[in-house]
Amino acid sequence: MKLKTFRIGGIHPAENKLSRAASIEDAGIPTKVMIPIHQNLGAPSKVLVKKGDQVKVGQVIAEPGGFVSAYVHSSVSGTVSGIEDVTDVSGYRRPCVVIDVEGDEWLEEIDRTPELKRECKLEAKEIVEKIRQAGIVGMGGAAFPAHVKLSIPEGKKAEMLILNGVECEPYLTADHRLMLEHAEEILIATQVLMKAIGVDKAQIGIENNKPDAIEKFKTLLSNYAGIEVVPLKIQYPQGGEKQLIQSLMDKEVPFGGLPIDIGAVVMNVGSVFAVYEAIFKNKPVFERIVTVTGKSVAKPCNLKVRLGTPISYLIEKAGGAPEDTGKVISGGPMMGKALTLIDIPVVKATSGVLLMRQEECERHEESACIRCGRCVTACSLGSVPYLWSREIDQGEWEKAEADHVMLCCECGACQYACPANIPLLDKIRVAKNKINQIKRARSQK
Amino acid sequence: MSVEQLTVSPSPHIKDSHTTKEIMWWVFAALVPALVVSVYFFGWSALRVSLLSIFFCVIFEFLIQRFMLKVSTTICDGSAAVTGLLLAFNLPSTLPTWMIIVGAFVAIAIGKMSFGGLGKNPFNPALVGRVFLLISFPVDMTSWALPFSSEAFFGVDAKTGATVLGMVKEGIMQGKLISAMALPSLKSMFAGNMPGSLGEVSALALFIGGIALLFKRIISWHIPVAFLGTLIFMALSFNLYNGERFLAPLIHLLAGGAMLGAFFMATDMVTSPMTRWGQIIFGIGCGVLTYLIRTFGAYPEGVSFAILIMNALVPLIDKMIRPRPFGVVKK
Repeated sequence: MKLKTFRIGGIHPAENKLSRAASIEDAGIPTKVMIPIHQNLGAPSKVLVKKGDQVKVGQVIAEPGGFVSAYVHSSVSGTVSGIEDVTDVSGYRRPCVVIDVEGDEWLEEIDRTPELKRECKLEAKEIVEKIRQAGIVGMGGAAFPAHVKLSIPEGKKAEMLILNGVECEPYLTADHRLMLEHAEEILIATQVLMKAIGVDKAQIGIENNKPDAIEKFKTLLSNYAGIEVVPLKIQYPQGGEKQLIQSLMDKEVPFGGLPIDIGAVVMNVGSVFAVYEAIFKNKPVFERIVTVTGKSVAKPCNLKVRLGTPISYLIEKAGGAPEDTGKVISGGPMMGKALTLIDIPVVKATSGVLLMRQEECERHEESACIRCGRCVTACSLGSVPYLWSREIDQGEWEKAEADHVMLCCECGACQYACPANIPLLDKIRVAKNKINQIKRARSQK
Repeated sequence: MSVEQLTVSPSPHIKDSHTTKEIMWWVFAALVPALVVSVYFFGWSALRVSLLSIFFCVIFEFLIQRFMLKVSTTICDGSAAVTGLLLAFNLPSTLPTWMIIVGAFVAIAIGKMSFGGLGKNPFNPALVGRVFLLISFPVDMTSWALPFSSEAFFGVDAKTGATVLGMVKEGIMQGKLISAMALPSLKSMFAGNMPGSLGEVSALALFIGGIALLFKRIISWHIPVAFLGTLIFMALSFNLYNGERFLAPLIHLLAGGAMLGAFFMATDMVTSPMTRWGQIIFGIGCGVLTYLIRTFGAYPEGVSFAILIMNALVPLIDKMIRPRPFGVVKK
């Protein structure tokens, strides 16, 4: 059978899913956590605690600073030792709530039993509000607040809920393990979400390199009306929101528009699991599954981690940093961010920690473009990276804008494919920044 | 690991293993079977022409970069060597040494470096060199050694004859019917046992090399298939209309430079369109022009001219044929 996929482009890097067989383990609690206040896309949250405050696990420590913003909860119990500027994934120093851990005392309303619950009597509005209260954001990496996605704007109608279980980034297996070990919870939460946005159809898109997860869902689906699991071709960036919608619905999100414009609401399976915990267990987002992996890593694993845990702590759990480590990446090798330090805290959007060997992480010398067209063939959004590159080199920002450089989702497929080692995506990022500046200047006129 | 030594760079952090250098040397390697066959049929002189052409192409590129442009040299990337070998493949094995040097100079200095080097040249450099020689020295460039006629390394005194396409063109001009011409058998054309440019004769060896490149994903099928498909289609149509005046498609495919052109010259990345549809249009154009020049033009062979003309149209094709940006609706 021909597997569904997006219309054009795509690449197939080596999958290297080293930790696919490793069950989720509890990483334990470090002695100190640093919880960044601003973990979501959109407005920063506002801190509610101060130095010396006692906090419990699950307690709110920051509230939303606007509609597109999210609550932040404490992941540990203990004393707030201060609000400090700590280097985060971006490499910038940003405010964090630093907590010295004492014991592990949870808020009483959180249900810590593993018992499976199914009954949800909440109305659609109440579901979305509870999700907002739980601080759920897109846990696939974008960190877009979930309640915003689930609040369907006036005049729009949702047609289908899409669960993103693609995990097309090489190395990462956090979503894979979550689907295998918590399939039932994900399906229950899917029903809740379908009710919340008023649809009777949901599809779970999974890349075909996870046949066990696909099988697992298939055996359970008979009890869940309207939910379908769809195996997808192994092709990066299958898990990109636009690409996934096209693969499943055969529709394109309009340029400059949102998925809801064509009736799609996409949620990462990690976020959906968080919805289950929020609705049925009163548990807000304060932990997540993180893959710790790399070719030289002694014990590639999938860990259940409290937010704010330093990445260095996770590396120790995976057997320590190997001698030959040259680069530490938060996320996968295609879209992840290289870290400047290893004691950066885990946030809601941290899907993995990848330790690359020294020889894997060196960039090679750039040579002339030989017009091979591989960047054009690799792009799933129908773009012309070679042409952008030329326009950007000459500072022709308007031309690049007219050629839709703002369409780029920064998946990196073009740069991956380029035989001349041209840093195409670096250039595109510069152009997007520049064009945003120009746009701002235009709107001020 | 020392934390101070962590590499920090923007994503993506991994890279496909293909490099420009690898691509070029693969193209070079794919040409070797045809070279071996050529040496078999034309003797050591085929090797002489090839080595001289490669040597001077590389040397000219080196000298220009080192002393005129004063930049670091790129001769290791293999592109000059490929140009040299392709130029040699388009020459008769009996060509005097000094003409080979002139051809190499025109190919590299004028065809490539004057435009800014690798990636910037609008025309296939080897074809620029070849066509320059053909127009300047028409007699030497169309004296083809008969297979097995030359034993010496400097076999300038080999017996010569016309190519299949040349014979047909002359015959038709004299009013002969095709069935009355003494053409080599299809089998010897397929193997390469006929007079011709040293690299173009063996369709079999070129086909093997071309398939290897397709298999390694160095080239894509679009240009060769569109090129050869169009050539076959046109030849078949005219041949069915009048078999005594127009050659059969198989002869068009096997005699002359169609295989070399379709797999190795027209697929030159620098001088062909970027998009798949653009490549198909480019291939069709090459096929049509090749047929028209061969059948109705003054020259018996039209592959070089066809590709060069289509090279000139590449910027236009690239401007017109672009992938549709995701989610953008044409107004």
